[in-house]
Amino acid sequence: MAPPAPILQMSGICKEFPGVKALSGVDFRLLPGEVHALMGENGAGKSTLIKVLTGVYDIDGGRITLNGQDVVFAGPLQAQQAGISTVYQEVNLCANLSVAENIFIGREPRRLGRIQWKRMRRRAAELLAGLDLHIDVSAPLSSYSLAVQQMVAIARAVDISARVLILDEPTSSLDSGEVEQLFRVMRRLKAEGIAILFVSHFLDQIYEISDRMTILRNGSLVGEYLTSELGQVELVGKMIGRELADLEKLEDRPPARTSEPLVQTEALGRSGAIEPFTLTVHKGEVVGLAGLLGSGRTEIARLLFGADHASTGALRIDGEPVTLRTPRLAMNRGVAFCSENRRAEGLIPDLTVRENIVLALQAMRGWHRPIPRRTQDELVDKYVAALNIRPADPEQLVRNLSGGNQQKVLLARWLILEPRLLILDEPTRGIDVGAKAEIQRLVAELSDGGMAVLFVSAELEEVLRLSHKVAVLRDRKLVAELPNDDGLTTGVIMETIASGGRA
Amino acid sequence: MSSGILTSARLRLPGRLRSAYIPVLATAGLLAAMFVAGGVRYTGFASGQVVLNVFIDNAFLLVVAVGMTFVILTGGIDLSVGAVVALSTMVSASLMTDGGWPPLLVVPLVLLIGSALGLAMGCIIHYFDIQPFIVTLAGMFLARGLCYVIGTDSISITDPAYTAVAQARIALPGEMAVSVSVLIAVAVAGAAAYVLHYTRLGRNVYAIGGSEQSALLMGLPVARTKIAVYTISGFCSALGGVLFSLYTLSGYGLNALGMELDAIAAVVIGGTLLTGGSGYLAGTVLGVLVLGLIQTIISFEGTLSSWWTKIFIGLLLFAFILLQRLISARRA
Repeated sequence: MAPPAPILQMSGICKEFPGVKALSGVDFRLLPGEVHALMGENGAGKSTLIKVLTGVYDIDGGRITLNGQDVVFAGPLQAQQAGISTVYQEVNLCANLSVAENIFIGREPRRLGRIQWKRMRRRAAELLAGLDLHIDVSAPLSSYSLAVQQMVAIARAVDISARVLILDEPTSSLDSGEVEQLFRVMRRLKAEGIAILFVSHFLDQIYEISDRMTILRNGSLVGEYLTSELGQVELVGKMIGRELADLEKLEDRPPARTSEPLVQTEALGRSGAIEPFTLTVHKGEVVGLAGLLGSGRTEIARLLFGADHASTGALRIDGEPVTLRTPRLAMNRGVAFCSENRRAEGLIPDLTVRENIVLALQAMRGWHRPIPRRTQDELVDKYVAALNIRPADPEQLVRNLSGGNQQKVLLARWLILEPRLLILDEPTRGIDVGAKAEIQRLVAELSDGGMAVLFVSAELEEVLRLSHKVAVLRDRKLVAELPNDDGLTTGVIMETIASGGRA
Repeated sequence: MSSGILTSARLRLPGRLRSAYIPVLATAGLLAAMFVAGGVRYTGFASGQVVLNVFIDNAFLLVVAVGMTFVILTGGIDLSVGAVVALSTMVSASLMTDGGWPPLLVVPLVLLIGSALGLAMGCIIHYFDIQPFIVTLAGMFLARGLCYVIGTDSISITDPAYTAVAQARIALPGEMAVSVSVLIAVAVAGAAAYVLHYTRLGRNVYAIGGSEQSALLMGLPVARTKIAVYTISGFCSALGGVLFSLYTLSGYGLNALGMELDAIAAVVIGGTLLTGGSGYLAGTVLGVLVLGLIQTIISFEGTLSSWWTKIFIGLLLFAFILLQRLISARRA
């Protein structure tokens, strides 16, 4: 059967930023009724391509045709009117308004200029029911989970006339149940003939939902493939342009540590956040925290960093009882914390790489003792090189860096403090395979050098690959502590999560 | 799994309904409590006319606070309102008394001046992307300064038609009466509530207050709406100025000093979030009444200096800001 004519065709797209060729001669096509994955490492040009398509950036070369007609969009709004809607990871809706309003604002049903609230709510409910979502549409959007908010954004986009729906990393903050729900909606829309462009870092999700994929690398097209004909290993190879040897090297399980304990908790807990838990982290040990989203992983990390106060129990560092009232005290004790939400809680996007990296060190020294510029440059150069931060320009603004490199900058900030316990909360979320491997290798090296690492990640494979032991969380409770020996597999961890450690 | 997501959202619903209305209900409760306490403590307090007098004495503030509500709902602020009120009284008084213009010409002109000032500030705020605080601060100095260009002394208004309207009392059942200003203020508040709830302009105001970036991406006319709210606020200030000149029958450059702060206080006590996107016009009406009733109570007390009004308003503001903080913290 011949494929239907593409609804969207981009050919020879070029886009240059000062000093960077972001896209060079990229071709891309989208067929009606397909889910098409756009693949590539961070910085490969996926976001740029989407922004060029939706008119956020203007193009320097190439043409875009929609339904056979040449189009140029001046902005996302114009693209939307032409039938191309984008739903971003961070939902661009107004959380203070009701669900119904978010779907209909700007096009509310009216009579004589008066908004007909009842009719609007009824139509919103019908529309969402069509997506298998049965919720109270008069409740404010903020009362629903991110997954529901995304679905509402999709409902709005589709109702506005979308023939092309762009989903830019919609799943990175969703748990597996929510992802399933989103996929059901995507399949339904696909069946209605809507073309969906899907971006995600989760390979399993790509293979579950997409029909075809286009791979980009360094702003150039690698190729377009049917998902069913391209294996995962080949895909990754094409994305990073080299073999997986770097990743494989880490496949050996790290040997267990028998050094003295660094951090010990005794029934440490915080009511409403995490039930009392007892956990020991030895020097040079990587402890993985596994569990579902919201199972208390981040809560443990925040307790150990003094960002939250414990309501029960005791904490010992080097055998000495301590009370971590503030993150500053924790930092003085050699605890560092890379937060999960690097944009909101970590990096300052309008400062340069150098300024971001020396921030924590400067804070430790106090503002009356500035770090000499030469020391700053030395330190920063060292870590930019060690972590392979790209572009290797310390004066670049952090917001211009890709997600993976931003994560490395955050990591560098804490590493120059030479912490004894490094807490990493989802350090590899939303970053590409290459940067992921680099961060994983770094963690292994650091622990070999004697640094203890508390590693929080939703990816069990990653936890298994790095950790000496795995602490399993469920429903805000530490249910099991498993040594990472040959018997431990992702299956065992999942069973432990499922059974709550009773088995 | 999916049903789990849905039920959890549904369970939160009753709490949500309460939390959205809590500030307004708290203000209403406070108002009722103040009235009851006043009625118990002072003879002659618990009468309808006392309530109506609060309206009569604060009609201008109500109108100004209505305009301020629009601005604050978008997350902005308008510091120029008090100065625009003063300028309006000054323009009205000088044109009618010194120029001999008829009120029917003067009032529309004053409203036009106020709206134009608001429009200009709105355009500067939006197109040059400057904080409303600093733009309206400049507007405040400008309007206050213009008062003294017209004259440095108080000018009394002697136009017979104007004074007749000012002194007219519309009788209500039960031997009560209100001034024309009250009718105008109530009509303005009613119209504003309708606009905010039932028109696209009103909903866009809330959307911008929720997230300007999202509003833009959803294709809402952000520029038009933002400029509109400052124009509305300018119009309301000018109308407030007209009502103020009806109330005092004079124009003076030192009129309405600090009224912008009273208006902001009334809006905040009425439960509107200063960050925008959440609040009701009814709350603003209640907020103005609370401020007015404090004054009434203090005048009934007799021995207290009128500065105690400020102290009570200050304490109330603290209490209400803390209340809002608690509610939004619990929501998060």
